[in-house]
Amino acid sequence: MRGDTTGFEVSRPRTLARALAELAAGERPMPLAGGTDLFVALNDGRAPAERYLDLSRLAELTGIAPLDGGLWLGASTTYTQLLRSRLVARRAPALAAMAGTVGASAIQNRGTLGGSLGNASPAADPAPVLLAFGAEIELARRDGRRVTRRRVAAADFFVAYRETAARPDELITGVLLPAEALRGWRYAYRKVGTRKAQAISKVVAAAGVRVAPRGGRVLEARIGYGSVAPTPVRARAAEAAILGRPLGPQSAAAAADALLAEDIRPIDDLRSTAEYRARVAGRLLEALLGELGGFSPRLAGG
Amino acid sequence: MKLRLIVDGRPVALEAPPMKRLLDLLRDDLGATGTKEGCGEGECGACAVLLDGELVNSCLVPVCQADGREIATVEGLAGSDGTLHPLQQAFWETGGAQCGICTPGMLMAAAALLARDPAPSESAIRTALAGNLCRCTGYVKIVEAVAVAARRMRRASPRRRAGARRGPVSRR
Ligand SMILES: Cc1cc2nc3c(=O)[nH]c(=O)nc-3n(C[C@H](O)[C@H](O)[C@H](O)COP(=O)(O)OP(=O)(O)OC[C@H]3O[C@@H](n4cnc5c(N)ncnc54)[C@H](O)[C@@H]3O)c2cc1C
Ligand code: FES
Ligand code: FES
Repeated sequence: MRGDTTGFEVSRPRTLARALAELAAGERPMPLAGGTDLFVALNDGRAPAERYLDLSRLAELTGIAPLDGGLWLGASTTYTQLLRSRLVARRAPALAAMAGTVGASAIQNRGTLGGSLGNASPAADPAPVLLAFGAEIELARRDGRRVTRRRVAAADFFVAYRETAARPDELITGVLLPAEALRGWRYAYRKVGTRKAQAISKVVAAAGVRVAPRGGRVLEARIGYGSVAPTPVRARAAEAAILGRPLGPQSAAAAADALLAEDIRPIDDLRSTAEYRARVAGRLLEALLGELGGFSPRLAGG
Repeated sequence: MKLRLIVDGRPVALEAPPMKRLLDLLRDDLGATGTKEGCGEGECGACAVLLDGELVNSCLVPVCQADGREIATVEGLAGSDGTLHPLQQAFWETGGAQCGICTPGMLMAAAALLARDPAPSESAIRTALAGNLCRCTGYVKIVEAVAVAARRMRRASPRRRAGARRGPVSRR
């Protein structure tokens, strides 16, 4: 049965300050961005709220721009905008690679980064890339007459299953890829789903490394995974396994072992099994590191 | 709320609940039943229309977000004298439509593609239609239809093609 959405109210403020004022007190409306998650729930008769706050007229949430040497992505940035942006293509191509794997073009045209973060699905495709970039999520709220902002590291943003560090009176205003993450780092992204398009991931991952110009030892690494735990996760044990070592089949295999042992807790669900996910997660890491280090991963059996 | 929009080139003003689905506005309020509902959850593309030129699934769009904007549906493709759009003609000829439920969405997804990329590769066509599901045709004839239509449209307006060669049309 289709849910009936005709009884719901919407406010459509034109400024962030006004939008935040509506969230500041009382019966808070639920933010609405591209609606690609919300309307699936609404059509299914699961109404998360009676009142909605349409963010589509807030210019403050739009735009892709250089900021402090890094890259700023407004919360209302769609996947299509990521795919078409020259700045993203030049400075953070892994983000465009991710955007191309979300749904299909009608979803890419509407779905937003802010909506993905707000929805906080453990299977969301943007999360692992944002974790790999060490991205910061900007949150804003109304404090009396003022708008106050704070930034939360992506690694601290996903606190529990479908729960984020954002307070109920806060809006996600954007994402910052810090300058540090865009200098000397290389990134790779891969997603495994049932088919190439319109498939929620069974496993999705992104890895970033900064290697020494001489000797090729890994100086820094950030690895993000989705669909393998109740939240998107930073794979810190896998990162530790490659630090100080050159990228190669051995270090990649060690990282995959560490990943399975410590970083991820895959489960059985309608999209896949824990066993499949664990195996694929390990292989995916070796493939990502192989891509970054220019080697072919080991061809172990099993 | 009071809505003003342009549907298939025609200005429309009406009163509607703000969270009503664009799909229902088109079908129920405007009687434009060419746009179909398949899944009602964004998966199948049967309800696809263009919102300011961009492909969207109208089952996921609240009408408040369509206010002041331009909507193109399958009903606006054919000429007012009934002449089929080259895409419709090609679907007809190649057998790109069987039961027809997916066809309105397929046509709109194809129209969105050809507006950006008048000479798409087969893989670009498949990517552009990846969110449109068809239970009948096996897709081969649909892809063929889009390629045929693209060729005819390029022949009909060669200027567009020249412009396309210069511009950064295909991103893939
Ligand atoms: C057919 C289909 C295929 C899909 N495929 C994929 C896929 O392959 N990969 C993937 O990752 N996702 C996929 N999705 C999910 C969805 O498209 C994405 O999660 C999208 O990014 C959601 O963005 P939105 O703007 O549409 O969110 P909305 O539906 O508008 O909002 C989602 C949630 O976030 C909250 N919210 C929105 N904006 C903000 C903000 N600025 N601040 C605070 N809270 C906010 C809302 O209150 C709501 O709870 C798919 C969805 C569909 C229907
Ligand atoms: S009915 Fe809208 S996508 Fe299926
Ligand atoms: S023609 Fe029947 S679903 Fe495509």
